[in-house]
Amino acid sequence: MAVTATSPAGARPVPPVRAGRRVRLPAWLGVTPFLAYVAIFLLLPTGILVVDAFRTPSGALNLSSPKLLFSSTVRSYFIGSFELCLISSVVGAVFGAILAYAIASGNPNGAMRQLYIAASGVLAQFGGVTLAFAFVVTIGPVGLLLHASWFYTFPWGISVIYAYFQIPLMVLVFLPAMDGLKIQWREASESLGCSAWQYWRYIGGPLLAPAFFGAALLLFANALSAFATIVAWENQIAYIVPQQIYLAINSEVGLSNLNVADVLALGMIIMVAIVMTGYALLQRRAARWLR
Amino acid sequence: MRSPHRFALIGLTALGLLAAGCSSGSSSSGSGSAANWATVTSASAGGGMSALVAAAKKEGTLNVIALPPTWANYGTIISTFEKKYGIKVNSANPDGSSQDEVNAVKQENGTAAAPDVLDIGMAVALVNTNLFAPYKVSTWSDIPAAQKSSAGLWYQDYGGYMAIGYSSKFGTITSMNQLLGSQFKNAVALNGNPTEANAALNGVMLANLVEGGSPSDISKGVNWFAKLKAAGNFSAVQATGATIKAGTTPVVFNWDYLNLPSYVGVSNWKVFIPAGEPLGGYYAQAINKNAPHPAAARLWEEFLYSQAADGGQNLWLEGGARPVEQPAMTSNGTINSSAASKLPPVSGTPVFLSQSDATNAANYLEANWAKAVG
Repeated sequence: MAVTATSPAGARPVPPVRAGRRVRLPAWLGVTPFLAYVAIFLLLPTGILVVDAFRTPSGALNLSSPKLLFSSTVRSYFIGSFELCLISSVVGAVFGAILAYAIASGNPNGAMRQLYIAASGVLAQFGGVTLAFAFVVTIGPVGLLLHASWFYTFPWGISVIYAYFQIPLMVLVFLPAMDGLKIQWREASESLGCSAWQYWRYIGGPLLAPAFFGAALLLFANALSAFATIVAWENQIAYIVPQQIYLAINSEVGLSNLNVADVLALGMIIMVAIVMTGYALLQRRAARWLR
Repeated sequence: MRSPHRFALIGLTALGLLAAGCSSGSSSSGSGSAANWATVTSASAGGGMSALVAAAKKEGTLNVIALPPTWANYGTIISTFEKKYGIKVNSANPDGSSQDEVNAVKQENGTAAAPDVLDIGMAVALVNTNLFAPYKVSTWSDIPAAQKSSAGLWYQDYGGYMAIGYSSKFGTITSMNQLLGSQFKNAVALNGNPTEANAALNGVMLANLVEGGSPSDISKGVNWFAKLKAAGNFSAVQATGATIKAGTTPVVFNWDYLNLPSYVGVSNWKVFIPAGEPLGGYYAQAINKNAPHPAAARLWEEFLYSQAADGGQNLWLEGGARPVEQPAMTSNGTINSSAASKLPPVSGTPVFLSQSDATNAANYLEANWAKAVG
């Protein structure tokens, strides 16, 4: 754009390719603020964390601390995190997908659709203390609606609370894929004698599967880092890794060990890296059909 | 997120700036008789109380940390101090833990925002004495010898006994094992996770002592909470003033001064300290050796250990906490006797956890707590 402005009046319109060649810098310059931001707030902290995970509190090299990840106590926290993320993401993905299908098959300009999308956008961000408190006072041990005895069983009770923000998030990320299913494909398959089951088995299902599993993985990663919600739900037993990191930083009874916190965080980074790699691969496959 | 390298860098820069500022400032004041309050170990060594007050007023500010306004009357204590000396008190992270205090001292070292004074649990205090400046308040001799470091690095300030607070809808509780009964479904709560919070660890220790366990082995306490959990009576919600008011945690194990009706703000609340071996616990004061306001920090300690009617010792007592100089004040008559008479009665020989008791308990809990009640 700057090129057009500086080109002399009356000159021939400059072809965009040449313009790009003449000012080569902006291509990477434009992305520099973003890269700087990522470097300062993502890469630098991650690097410090990885370095500290291999050191003792006094700063000496310590190659044995990552072994902590394989101790039975630490393993139980990772298993707890995995269970919670798995249950809440499966519940969120299944119900979110059904809801997304209902929205996608409705009037694309209808008020219902706008309402659902707006509500999902808000509710997907509803979490933390407010959400947990809302559940505690409605269905907790002295809840207003019912006194659910399963409410304080891990991971089921907390999964119900997580589902409250997982389902709307699924709607938001899965709806574009649902919208990508063209009505003509359905019509074509039906005119060729396809049953509804056959349509979903051979056409709709395979088309949506990458997007569905990709979205489910995103939900999994979303649940992994949630901390305030579970702490407000209960804070007398640590079940998941973020709670254990909190204890390693804050324990005032002498169990505080910042290197343990670093090692646990490193374990979480590895977990997220695996999940997000899977997400990226599935997204790439899903994107083929959504163009 | 932790980044000691950056903090170290900021700290060094700030220290450099501070040193530059100090050297230019001290040339004018240093020529006089003014003391360097950062290294003075008693008010008299620095030229007496009036010199301390003048120096503190000149600094004008005091940074405190992890002092909840409703805890042991700290709200009133801070406002009384501010009014009396005209010094502004910056209260950071009021709900923080003792470990948060130490983390702040390290990470903010050298900045003007670093905490000047700490009110800290003994387990954390004893392993961090290298961060503290030695100082002895004027009433030093009235603090029992077992409750202070002989070098003046830390000195216990107030404390209490582990107590079971409960809603009076349950009638009167006279034995801890009543809590295993069916009317206490989901009712019994601790003040936090015992592997993190000192008050919660002592709650488990109280059950341990009542069950006949020794202070060096907390396993019977953990077993008792496992029984409580099996009976369906253990509440996973962390007890706070709000959960007590809402009725979510109608039975709470906590220090008596955090468990009084006046503190929790509900009138139908009773306190029960199991007979036998009452479990006591005291917090301690310490001054950050690199305090940005060294004179104000020392004046704060003098104020907290003052036996005057509006001094810290009596103000803590009004908040339901037992000030460390209470025995001395009872004999010299400076105690607020009406406040003292409101404390819940304690019978038997008090037990205080030693450093090794506390470490054993923490290590046992780390390995077994989640398994027992999870």
